[in-house]
Amino acid sequence: MDDEIEFVSTLAERLSLRGIEADWANSAEKAFEYAEKNNYDLAVLDVKMPRIGGIELKQSLEKICEGLRFIYLTGHGSEADYRAGSAEAVHYLVKPVHIDALIEKMKETLGQ
Amino acid sequence: MPLHERLSSIPKKFRPYFWDQPDTDTGPFKYMFAFRRIWKWAVLLTSGASLLPLIIITAIDYNVTQKSNESEILLRTSRVVSNTKRSISFFLAERKSALEFIVHDNTFEELNDAENLATILKNLKDAFGGFGDIGVIDASGRQQTYFGPYKLHGADYSEQPWFKKVLDTGVYISDVFLGFRHTPHMVIAIKHDLPDGSFYVLRATVDTERFNEQLSGLELSGRGQAFIVNSQGILQTPSRDHGGVLEKISIPVPEYSSKTRVIALDQPKGESKIIGYAYIADTPFILMIVKQKGELMAPWRRTRVKLIGFLAISVIVILVVILGFATYLVNTMHLVDQKRIMTLHRAEYANKLASIGRLAAGVAHEINNPLAIINEKAGLIKDFFTIKKQYGDDPLLIGLVDSIIFSVNRCGTITRRLLSFARHVDVSIAPVDLKDVIHEVLGFLVKEAEYRCIDIRVEVSEDIPEFESDRGKLQQIFLNLVNNAFAALSDGGRLDITARMEKGSKVRVIVEDNGCGISEENLKHIFEPFYSTRTKKGGTGLGLSITYGLVKEIGGWIDVTSVEGTGTEFHVIIPLVSKEKGRNQDEGTIGGRRDRVCLNPGRASLSQGN
Repeated sequence: MDDEIEFVSTLAERLSLRGIEADWANSAEKAFEYAEKNNYDLAVLDVKMPRIGGIELKQSLEKICEGLRFIYLTGHGSEADYRAGSAEAVHYLVKPVHIDALIEKMKETLGQ
Repeated sequence: MPLHERLSSIPKKFRPYFWDQPDTDTGPFKYMFAFRRIWKWAVLLTSGASLLPLIIITAIDYNVTQKSNESEILLRTSRVVSNTKRSISFFLAERKSALEFIVHDNTFEELNDAENLATILKNLKDAFGGFGDIGVIDASGRQQTYFGPYKLHGADYSEQPWFKKVLDTGVYISDVFLGFRHTPHMVIAIKHDLPDGSFYVLRATVDTERFNEQLSGLELSGRGQAFIVNSQGILQTPSRDHGGVLEKISIPVPEYSSKTRVIALDQPKGESKIIGYAYIADTPFILMIVKQKGELMAPWRRTRVKLIGFLAISVIVILVVILGFATYLVNTMHLVDQKRIMTLHRAEYANKLASIGRLAAGVAHEINNPLAIINEKAGLIKDFFTIKKQYGDDPLLIGLVDSIIFSVNRCGTITRRLLSFARHVDVSIAPVDLKDVIHEVLGFLVKEAEYRCIDIRVEVSEDIPEFESDRGKLQQIFLNLVNNAFAALSDGGRLDITARMEKGSKVRVIVEDNGCGISEENLKHIFEPFYSTRTKKGGTGLGLSITYGLVKEIGGWIDVTSVEGTGTEFHVIIPLVSKEKGRNQDEGTIGGRRDRVCLNPGRASLSQGN
């Protein structure tokens, strides 16, 4: 989930190429729609997005999809965001990130 | 020459610390930092307020006691004069009365008997003493009978002025004169009316010996002397300083007064005198007592000199205390103001830094997003290449994509470092790894060091634990120190950063360069705000003062030693609010090894740890 279509679509495609089923959304509504339809293991969220931010989005998604894990992937590393992100006991990564590093963190998060 | 210029010439050792602070002549701080003016006013006002009353009281006391002392002297003199006048008058009256008694006791005939007259003179001499001769003069002025050492029998006095006077007043006392005898004497004559309407005059001479005794017997203070003059100013009795008998007196004859009077005679040259005088009634005599005013005032003057000496010492002591205290206070004020300026500027600087941080973070964020897209697109291309053998075997294409990804990574490193730095701008206390901080700071200066071929060596001792401190402040401290060292270094210079544990849970970080060094004079002022040797080259003179403030804020301590031409060493001592170092495997292996990072292009980079 990211407001940059180019980024989020490409990343989803690359993850798919590595055998990870990934859907992407560039708006909160779309994200909710997907979350209701499917049962996801993990969501990668941008922190800074227009209208609805990553932290808020995470809380809403948690309600829809129980047991969903999260990774923050953001272009901005402000201290407040970092603290909020870290406090939720999830990974907090700063763009640009190497795809292998991301996959590793995903596995770590899912406890594999 | 204005005061401050004159004071500038006093040796530096004695000059107060604030003195070199230039006065701010314009701007809003005009009255805040004018330490010399404050000092001047403090000294003037306090010394004025404390010395003026003291001086005024002393002056009043001086005048009052002088006046009372003078009037006391006048009063005393006047008393002596009137007492003496009384005894002189009595002395003359006594002799006059004796003659009166004789004329009443004897008939004209008896007096004309020469033998009888001789007996009378003898009796007079025995009873009173001082009588020289005696004679009886009839109404025509001819001396009928005479007894004495001279042949004056039959002398004609009818034309003499004294004879005329005795006819008028009945009694006559003459001035002192020498006459035939060549001893000073005077004449007393009285007229006696006879029952037949006629009259005669009894005349006797009295020498002035007794007179003199009377006057010389007086005990007078202030080298005083008593004498008698007549109305022409001719001395009738001898005087010590004003001439002998029958000489003209050296001071003017005082004007007539029926009572005793005392005047002060101020002579422009020589000593001032106090003159007491009295006209003795029915005689030509004026009794005078002359005293030296200086002598009389001497005891008073001695007391005054003591008092004035005391005043002078008090004034000196008060001035010394005031000068010392004012200097101390203004010095303290100067110090406090220095601190305040520093705080003000630090706040300003921190604000500026915070906005730069926010700007940097914004820029980094903006760049990171497109960078992420480039990264993903290039990654996807690479993925395609790897999947589709068609391109995967072409090393040129793979190489191109790899180079894009590598460049994106480099950009990412830079923006991440920027973000990390900006993130710590407004952080407070957090666990800090000193090694990380130092490397992070050096990361910013890598390029400059590379271009200038500056050799940077970092040696962080292994036993330094992670500790609670303000990461942002530490970053600024080291950034300022390294920047400062860079400014001093010439190309190809060397910068050593050493950190080691000190006793009592402290870390000592030494930033040492082999640059141009700092002169002793500049070294004293190095941590003062606005003190810069590079003002013309864009230095604000704030870097080190802010560094100093920051080190103080984290509870540390900074010191500098420098040898001109050899290099400078900054020592920063940071207290550890200790926290066990997290067992991070990476750092565990690297820490402690002498970490030599020579920053030549194409060699090691400092991205590790960032």
